[in-house]
Amino acid sequence: MENKKEKQRFARIIKRPYISDAHSLIIRVIAFVFSFIVVSILLLCMHFNPFNVFAVMLKGAFGKEFLIRETVKGTIPLVITATGLSLAFRMKFWNIGGEGQILIGGIAATAVSFIFGRSIPQWVLLSLMAAASIIMAGLYGMIPAVFKAKFKTNETLLTLMFNYIATQLIVMLQNTRSWQDAANNFPKVRMLDFYSRLPRVFGVHIGWIIALVMLVLYYFYIQKTKHGYEIKVIGDSMETARYAGINASKVMIRTMFLSAALCGLAGFLQVAGADGTLSESTAGGVGFTAIMVAWMADMKPVRILIMSAFIAILNRGAGNLQTVYLIPSSFANIMIGIILLFMLGCEFFIKYKVSFSFMSGRKSSAINDKGGRYDY
Amino acid sequence: MEVVLETKNLCKSFGAVMVNDKINLTLHRGEIMAVLGENGSGKTTLINMIGGIYYPDSGSIYYENKRVEIRSPKDADRLGIGVVHQHFKLVSSMDAVENIEIALSDKEYKNKADIRKRITDVAKKYGFTVNPDKKICDMSVSEKQTVEIIKAIIKGAEILILDEPTAVLTPQESSSLFNVIRSMKKDGKSIIIITHKLQEVLDISDNVYIMRKGRYIDTLKTSETDENELACKMVGKTVTLQIARTSYEKKKTVLSVHNISCLSDDKTVGLSDVSFDLKSGEILGIAGISGSGQKELCECIDGIREVTSGKIKYYAEEGNFDITNKKPEWRRKNKTGFGFVPEDRLGMGLIASSDMVDNMVLKSYKDEAGAFLHRKKAADIAKYLIKKLDIATPGIHTPVRMLSGGNVQKVLLGREIEAGRDVLIVSYPVRGLDINSSYMIYNLLDEERKRGTAIIFVGEDLDVLMALSDRIMVMADHRIAGITDARTVTKDYLGSLMTDTKGQVI
Repeated sequence: MENKKEKQRFARIIKRPYISDAHSLIIRVIAFVFSFIVVSILLLCMHFNPFNVFAVMLKGAFGKEFLIRETVKGTIPLVITATGLSLAFRMKFWNIGGEGQILIGGIAATAVSFIFGRSIPQWVLLSLMAAASIIMAGLYGMIPAVFKAKFKTNETLLTLMFNYIATQLIVMLQNTRSWQDAANNFPKVRMLDFYSRLPRVFGVHIGWIIALVMLVLYYFYIQKTKHGYEIKVIGDSMETARYAGINASKVMIRTMFLSAALCGLAGFLQVAGADGTLSESTAGGVGFTAIMVAWMADMKPVRILIMSAFIAILNRGAGNLQTVYLIPSSFANIMIGIILLFMLGCEFFIKYKVSFSFMSGRKSSAINDKGGRYDY
Repeated sequence: MEVVLETKNLCKSFGAVMVNDKINLTLHRGEIMAVLGENGSGKTTLINMIGGIYYPDSGSIYYENKRVEIRSPKDADRLGIGVVHQHFKLVSSMDAVENIEIALSDKEYKNKADIRKRITDVAKKYGFTVNPDKKICDMSVSEKQTVEIIKAIIKGAEILILDEPTAVLTPQESSSLFNVIRSMKKDGKSIIIITHKLQEVLDISDNVYIMRKGRYIDTLKTSETDENELACKMVGKTVTLQIARTSYEKKKTVLSVHNISCLSDDKTVGLSDVSFDLKSGEILGIAGISGSGQKELCECIDGIREVTSGKIKYYAEEGNFDITNKKPEWRRKNKTGFGFVPEDRLGMGLIASSDMVDNMVLKSYKDEAGAFLHRKKAADIAKYLIKKLDIATPGIHTPVRMLSGGNVQKVLLGREIEAGRDVLIVSYPVRGLDINSSYMIYNLLDEERKRGTAIIFVGEDLDVLMALSDRIMVMADHRIAGITDARTVTKDYLGSLMTDTKGQVI
């Protein structure tokens, strides 16, 4: 204890009060580079040339015009779902049920398509499908919010469990005769009639325009409306909301309706645009990936777009890797996992500054507002 | 006199802010040293470094002239440095004996009976009163503090450091604590007491160690100084400790509260059978140990907490209103809302992560029709407040949590005053503020009184309450213990009301 030599702690972590956009961008780029280094080492272990692998990945995402279209197609549901989830996240309501809400939207759209067939004009049918998916998914997402408002249940658990209900609902429909193909009785929901498929613009279904419109609407809703203001107050402090006389239950239920409705819309676009059919992979993990997108994008509209595209590119690239190099799909997933881990991990370095004892001569430039300090 | 503790050039920075800049402090055996400084002057950081909670960036600590490394509170314990923090470190489901039991190392520990005996011995020696078998959760704040001090002594503390010990005590409890401190001094123990109350410093200490903005300013002999000199050194410029109490002539009752009761957040009694009248142009001070129902009272009157029985009536110029359990929505429509500055400014009164503009519309954003939020008027109000109250901020779009405590309070109080209501409720408005901001707030409240506003002022400093208020209402145990004239009442009488729990044994 009373040793003469003063030992310094190896590293200290200090909260940053402020970080410039350029600085945070540099940190992100460094993290990205590091993730590629780690992935490269793994690839070398498996006797692949990392540069060739990355080239193949890029080709998979952008190599041909139709591949670019595929990448855009993969971006659409991510953008819309992440936007929906961001609405809830801004209120600190942890909606983990995007996956289920997408499926409910898909089911509603499919049901409308099956019921009306070709009996009404196409644009009416498509609008009805969209409306049905929005309303049904919205109501579905409202249930956990109502429970939270009335009985203070945990929304994370409830929204998560509602995913399983939706998935099993699809399995049930797959085994329902009236939803199957008339020609055979595979346990599958039959393809949607071309009459109820979305039109294409520049070769991609019209969903990409809808996604962009939703992002703009999201921006205005959050920034310019009273509703958006109420979400902000609640997200900041429930006590402040109570003080201001904001009916938190009402706002919570309303916002969850919108959040889930957007997820439902993504489901409709998947069914009527991308896939042409309803299956348990209609959501395909988008509901979960979008959580990460929303989080990495800090719930900001432009960043949501960028992060969604980034993940779609990774997915497409990994897909191509499987076909070209016969790398198992699990390895492609590991790669994506590593890259995302680094991208999420670097948020820590954006929020906190780490100073090492061997650099202690340098004065740090961060200010700590709370006086808190974290030691290794 | 023998030196027991010495710090040499202690430095600590949080980011770019030097919270302790080359601090040299020398403590002698049997000395009571008061460390005086405003909030943010670095007192607590210094103590946390001596107590092993923070590790200094540079500099060294000497204990009995030997250089020591204090890396954790355990190291401090071993040396004989006992710290009683502002927030007690006790397990509330255990009694005093058990709390001390878990704090002792294996070497020190014999058995429970031994601990019980040691507690009573220490209590007798220094003049404490304590029940070793009472659960912490059933204890009053002062009893908990007693347990903390006894714990430190049993662990072998030669130096006792008390961080703002009187902040939560009544005048009587404070003076009995001071007696204990004096008898510990006689026993050869050294005591550091951190405070920002000048009167206490003069009452108890031998020497005063003054800090300002992380720097050492001066050490004064208590017997050779006075309140004004201390205040000047602490603030860094001459301050006038004057509180104005303007009389308002055309008093009429604006609010009357009849026998209201309510529940607290954990569904226990929040208020029981509270009645009083509030007149225009008066400041009704509310004294009491914190947690005696002040928060609930403010919230019931503001309409954000449900009243379980009783009535609240509001006599406005437009007519009389029964505002019992009327929600903010209704009040907004009927223009019967009050100004309210809650105790938790950033967590309740303001949107901490938002800018001033968004904060200005918090209570009025629904006044204008339509789905969109109108920020133009709010921006004008924000600019006006910055000028009027001299708020230090980079601009109207800086998040309010980035502002200093005093400026945060100016934003909040400014908004509530600007709304121009007949009734203004302020709860602990100067908590955490420096002296200058505090006196500015007192003057603002006096200005409001001149205009005829009826003000409810929940405070903790009895001297301030007595100087500023017209009447003082004392709350104890969620009831009203008494209402007195602030001009004639004595501190001792207020203190006795504060602990008046009617038949309950303390």
